[in-house]
Amino acid sequence: MVEKFEVIVVGAGLAGLSAAYALAREGFEVVVIERGDYPGAKNVTGGRLYTRPLQNYLPELWKEAPFERAVTNEIVTLISSGKSLTLRFRSDEFVRPPAHSYTVLRGTLDRWLSKKAEEKGAMLVTKNRVDDLLKKDGKVVGVLAGGEELGADVVIACDGALSLVAEKAGLKSPGTSHDYAVGFKEVIELSSQTIEDRFGLKGQEGAAQLFLGDLTKGRFGGGFLYTNRSSLSLGLVIRIKDLTEGNPLKEAPQFLDEFKERPEIAPLIAGGEMVEYSGHVISEAGFTGLIRPFADGLLVAGDAAGFSLNVGLTVRGMEFAIASGVLAAQAVKQAREKKDFSATSLSIYQTLLENSFVLKDLKTFQHAPVFLDNPRLFQHYPRMAGDLFQSLFTVGPEPKQKFSTTIREKVSWSEAWEILKDLRKGLKI
Amino acid sequence: MSPTPNMKAKLGKNVFKPGKEKHIIIRPGFEKDPRLKAALYVCPAGLYSENSKGEVELDIDGCLECGTCRIACGTEVLDWTYPVGGVGVQFRFG
Repeated sequence: MVEKFEVIVVGAGLAGLSAAYALAREGFEVVVIERGDYPGAKNVTGGRLYTRPLQNYLPELWKEAPFERAVTNEIVTLISSGKSLTLRFRSDEFVRPPAHSYTVLRGTLDRWLSKKAEEKGAMLVTKNRVDDLLKKDGKVVGVLAGGEELGADVVIACDGALSLVAEKAGLKSPGTSHDYAVGFKEVIELSSQTIEDRFGLKGQEGAAQLFLGDLTKGRFGGGFLYTNRSSLSLGLVIRIKDLTEGNPLKEAPQFLDEFKERPEIAPLIAGGEMVEYSGHVISEAGFTGLIRPFADGLLVAGDAAGFSLNVGLTVRGMEFAIASGVLAAQAVKQAREKKDFSATSLSIYQTLLENSFVLKDLKTFQHAPVFLDNPRLFQHYPRMAGDLFQSLFTVGPEPKQKFSTTIREKVSWSEAWEILKDLRKGLKI
Repeated sequence: MSPTPNMKAKLGKNVFKPGKEKHIIIRPGFEKDPRLKAALYVCPAGLYSENSKGEVELDIDGCLECGTCRIACGTEVLDWTYPVGGVGVQFRFG
């Protein structure tokens, strides 16, 4: 073996860079190996980061992080054919520093975080792909990267949702199309002023908008729109399995093209310049999709370990990545004190995760995937809402019915029964 | 034909560094495998197409490395790895 480090981190995303930062700060000899030209080159978010869970995880960093806009406006839009119903929530609570959540572009954020980790003494090797794990007597003892063998006491796999490293370690099998969705988005440049005018935003405040309904034609998923400083992130998330079913079948890119043409979207992006198109897979399995995140000489953090959580109104991953990276670093520190990097020693990572918001939140919301696995949510309800409000708002040539009559007409007894059943599932969340 | 002109223009906005080797290969003999048909619909870059012989083809240029085809079709029909270091899409915004 040519070179040996104390810790090798695979992947310069938020999990890997947070782990490297936390380790370097403690004086560890840590190297991050990244296959892209720079940190962030292969990374994609929707995206937004919630800051409050991070108050105990590298808090000194987040005050100066290059976030885009503080999200003060939460918007949910139900889309049906030719109609839409929007709920917009604004709160001063979300503004008070540190703001509740920020829109984020990974190109900026990940490069910045890597600089911070390097300042603490972490090494960064870019343009280098980790091809395999080195094992000795069944234990991970390093990696094979770019044809070179690199040794380490511990390898931390932070190589994203597909985690080929966790697969090679035997901790993970390739995901199923039921448990994973694909997110794909365009970054559309517009001036800050235009964004503030179009979304009714004050200064550097921002909006996050989620769309549900006809845009996915009943398929599990939805649309998102985040305001960055001087661009919009506009995209869709659709469960992979659902893209291979349905009649007629439709190609993924077509959903986004049609979404962009909708009257709810077209005026918001008009005149903007599309500057990037990206895509990424996301685990939608939640708690049940988690893997064992440790083995002899190996830890797994971030998306690689399945730490992502969609509960409909909030979609989270990046805070879990940061926190799990920090906890992985703590586990390595404790293991070093014992000079024991076996799975038994590293299992402290699991305990640390269980005591943190990472596994607590995933566990609390373990029923969310079951609730969301309901086609009625993605077509029937948005359509019903559209029809109901159409009737309530319409003044026609006939004498107008009482509102209660209109509602009873739109929501029959059997329909009400179905709604109650779905609500009951929802109350488990 | 693979990516539509519209998609080609979209992908043209991305920074993309070509490599010598294809990092996703349809395993020989699986070109007509039913599992591969999923790729025609799931790929966000529309890189898969079906030729007149009913075989699925992949035009790797423009690949977003998202992994959707790997999950949709499986590793029995696709030999799927990431491109080597410093090759492929380089997101500037992400």
